Order: sequence, then C-alpha cells, then structure tokens
Amino acid sequence: MKYAAKRIAMLLLTMVIVSFLAFAAFSLISGNTAEILLGTQATPERVAALERELGLDRPLLARYAGWLLGFFTGDLGTSFSYKQPVWELIAPKAAVTLCLSALSFLLIVAVSIPLGVRSARQAGGRLDGVWTALDQLCMAVPPFFTGILLSWLFSTVLRWFVHGNFPDLRADFPGALKYLFFAAVSLAIPRAAMTVRMLRSTILREMRKDYVRTAISRGNDRGGVLYRHVLKNALVPVVTFLAQTMAEIVAGGIVVEQVFAIPGLGRMLVASISNRDYPVVQAIVVILAFWVVLAGTAADLINQRIDPRLRLGGGS
Amino acid sequence: MKRMNGYLKAGLVLTGLLAAVIVLGYFWTPYDPTAMAVGPKLDAPSLAHLMGTDNFGRDIFSRVLKGAGTTFAIAVSTVAIGAVCGTAVGAVTGYFGGAADEILMRLNDALTAFPSILLALVIISILGPGKKYNVVLALGLVFIPSFARVTRTAFAALRDVNYVKSVRLMGASRARILVVHILPNTMSVLLPALTIGFNNAVLAEASMSYLGIGATPPDASLGYMLSEAQGMFTMAPWYALGTGLMIVLLVFGVGLIGEGLQRRGNEVA
Repeated sequence: MKYAAKRIAMLLLTMVIVSFLAFAAFSLISGNTAEILLGTQATPERVAALERELGLDRPLLARYAGWLLGFFTGDLGTSFSYKQPVWELIAPKAAVTLCLSALSFLLIVAVSIPLGVRSARQAGGRLDGVWTALDQLCMAVPPFFTGILLSWLFSTVLRWFVHGNFPDLRADFPGALKYLFFAAVSLAIPRAAMTVRMLRSTILREMRKDYVRTAISRGNDRGGVLYRHVLKNALVPVVTFLAQTMAEIVAGGIVVEQVFAIPGLGRMLVASISNRDYPVVQAIVVILAFWVVLAGTAADLINQRIDPRLRLGGGS
Repeated sequence: MKRMNGYLKAGLVLTGLLAAVIVLGYFWTPYDPTAMAVGPKLDAPSLAHLMGTDNFGRDIFSRVLKGAGTTFAIAVSTVAIGAVCGTAVGAVTGYFGGAADEILMRLNDALTAFPSILLALVIISILGPGKKYNVVLALGLVFIPSFARVTRTAFAALRDVNYVKSVRLMGASRARILVVHILPNTMSVLLPALTIGFNNAVLAEASMSYLGIGATPPDASLGYMLSEAQGMFTMAPWYALGTGLMIVLLVFGVGLIGEGLQRRGNEVA
C-alpha cells in the first residue's frame, strides 16, 4: 500500500511537471494572444484591454494555477478559431480517440501474446530467421501507409465503410467501431510486431535461468514449464512495454486519424496547430500526456501486484 | 570475435543499396522531379517511367528519389543531434550522478510522457510550422531523452569497473576517462540505439510531413508525397505504392542491421 501511495504521489508530480511544461511553452509563443485575436484591429490600447479581460496580464504561475484548476473543473478556456469552450469542443473527439486506442490496444494484445510465445518456443528452429525477418518487416510498415491501402481496399473497393463519413459514436456505435477497426489494424501492425519481438526475447532470457533448468531436470516438459512458470515471470517487463505501447498508439493515432478522416483528438490537434489555436492545442497535448502518464502508473501498479518483490524494493 | 550474422549482412546490403540510390538521387534523377508533363499523365509503371507518372505527368521514380533524399537527410541529422547531445547528457549524469543526475532524469521522465510525434508537434508549433530546419530541430530535441537514458545506464554501470578505477588512479582527466575509456565500451548499446533512432526519425519525419507540418514543397519528402498520393490512389496506385515501399525498405534495412547488432551483442556478452 505504501508503494502504491508513493507511486501515485510520483504520478501527480509528473502530471504537474508535464502540464507546466506544456503551459509554459504555449505561454511563451502565445504571448501575443491578444494581438492574434484582434487581428488587423489591434491597437496598443485594445490589446492591453483584451489582455486584462483574458487575464493575460497576470504572472505565469498564477495563470498556470488557474488553468490547472480549470482543467479539472471542465473550464479550459475558449477556442480562438471556433469561439466555443474548448472543453465542449474536445470531449466528443476524446471519446472517439479513446475508442480507437482501446480497439488497437486489444488487437495488439490478442495477436502479439500468442505469436510471441510461439516465436520463443520455436527459437533456433528452421524457419526462425524467416519469422524474425517478417517481424522486422511488419515493424517497418508505417501505419499511415497501411492505412492508405486498407482504406482503399475496404472503402473504395469493398465499400465496407464510407471514407470520410464517420458515424456518430452514440447513435451508431457498431458502425463507428467498424469504421475504427481498420484504422486500429493499421495502427496495431508495427506495434504488435514489436511486442512479439519483446516477448520473445524476454521469454528466452527467462528460459536460461536456473529454476527453469531445475524444473526441466525434474521431468517437466518444456511447454509445461513455459506456461506454468516462465510466462508469469516474463509478464512484468511485458506489462511495462504494453504501457509504452499505449503511448505510441496515442501518437500514431494522430496520423492515422488523418488517413481515415476520423474526427478525433489527433485531427483536431493538427488542425489547431495550423490555425495557431493555442488553447485547443494546449488542452489536447496535456490530455494525451496525462493519458500516457496514467498508463505508465497503471502498469507499475499492476506489476507490483504480479511480482511481490517489487513491493519491497520500490522498483529496482 | 566480431562475427557477421545473416541479419547484419542482409541489412547492410539492403541499406547500402538504398543509400547508394539515394545519394545518386542528390546528383542525378531520370527526369526533373518537379517538371510537369515529362510523360503522359497517370501512366502506369513502364521502362521509361519505373514507377509511373502522376496527374501532372511528373515522373514518380524521380520524385521518390528526391523525397527519399530529403527524408534521409532529415533523419540522419536528427539522429546526429539526438545521439550527440543525448550521449553527452547520459555520460555526465551516469558517471557523476548526484543532484544534476536526479533533476535531469526527472525532466527526462516528464519529457517521455509526451509521445515522440506529439512532442515534435508541440515544438514545431512553437517554432512555427512548415520549415525544414524546424523539423530537424524538433525531432533532434525529441530524441535526446531516449539516447540520454540508454547511455546513462551504460556509463553508470562502467563507472566503478576496475579498469576505469585504474586509469583514474593513473591520473587520467575526467574527459579522457569518459571519451577514450568508457565511450568505446558503450557501443554495444549505442549502435542498436542508433538504428532504432534512425528508424523512429524516418517514421516521425514521414508522419509529420504527411500531416503537412513537416517538410513542405519544394522540399517534398516521402510523407508529403504519400498524402498527395492518397488522393489519387484509385487513378494511380503506383504513386502511393512506390513511395510507401521506399519508406518500408529503408526502415526494414536499418531494422535488420539493428537486429543483427543486438544478436551479436548478446553472443559476445
């Protein structure tokens, strides 16, 4: 329990640092926010008046505190280009991105764990090199390239979904999932390949340990030892790796959403960067970063349940 | 002891071929990559146009060569920035430890909370989108933490090894210990990290220019070309396929080298 408390305190600290970095960075560039908003009508007096109105004349730390408080109470300011509250703008898009990430994550876990175990069992076999090369090839395929091919095949040729016509998440959930599925697949391929490789090397390293030799010398067959003893020990690094995968999915999603014209956070982010709509960019960046930090913490807490040794050492 | 394995050989051959073609592309391409109507519009691949032509009648093979050159140059320079700065940070923090180490590693943790593309996008939006050098700078900065982490572990592990203690007693300067004595022994982790970094850089650069935030015309890179090609996939699938294949082969080749290096490292260890 002490470990969990310490980990959560660290999580909060990281969240504060992460959000402060983002906030400070965007304050640095959007120092002339009022000028951007006023455009051609900017006069020194009007700029000063608007800055007072927006609270931009306050010191950085005070603004940051206000913004962070707003983050948790649902007040993220107003978008420059849409003139709408950022929170209202972002919430439905966050739901879409969440579905896409979850779907892709499930695909990665479902495919890579059996394949990784299989690959470790056949290490040194006749076709091992071919499989390893194939795995490397899958890692080399960028998700947006697979995405272009898949959206052409399933949208233009087979007409399983209409590109650019994303069904409303609440009105037509199965339809939306079907649309997201192909994006999730293209996102999952390289990451699944990496997970297979990681699982394989973890299992192989574990198989060389003394307890495995002992178990086998006592007459257990290799497969039984693998499933009963080795997998449990190989799980800890894999859980950590999967948390990083979560981060990569979030990042890859930014691009894949663009390929499939999915109205998620990534698409919004790219559009807002081009429009210099900093309140929106800042909010999305911090949400995505929090998501990644949370995944990392969750992984640590899960690992600590799996492996009691971690509870004592504090993760060495 | 430095044996070549199959992965290393295959990767070096593939990457060598691609690098040769890309370098050739800096000096000579079959056609002018930006000239329109060098052939019929939307022409399928043929001997005259190895990868066909696009809707303006531009030769796609020439464009892919040029685009790969841009992507390659950006990837190499970002990895160079990331590796040099990251190794410097990792060496100092790993070897000396202390408060600076603590602070830098916490900062490192915070930075790794931003997925690489996201961080690069943030830096780009701060520096101003659409300029080639900003992409290099942004991606270079993004890759510093991962290199710092890898080298820090290696330097910290070698800090109190006997041979290092011995040169320290002989009065070698700190800089000499770090660069001459420890650095060569970190190559077994640094080289695979370089291949991974290169591949990440290629993919990140391609992603960003696909999004229209990275290199933009006239410096078209492979990612930008893919976004162009997506619009005309039904009319000219060879455009997307040729461009995508170039990225895949580039990353695949370097990935094989990385796999080979890692296996060799494991054998030696």
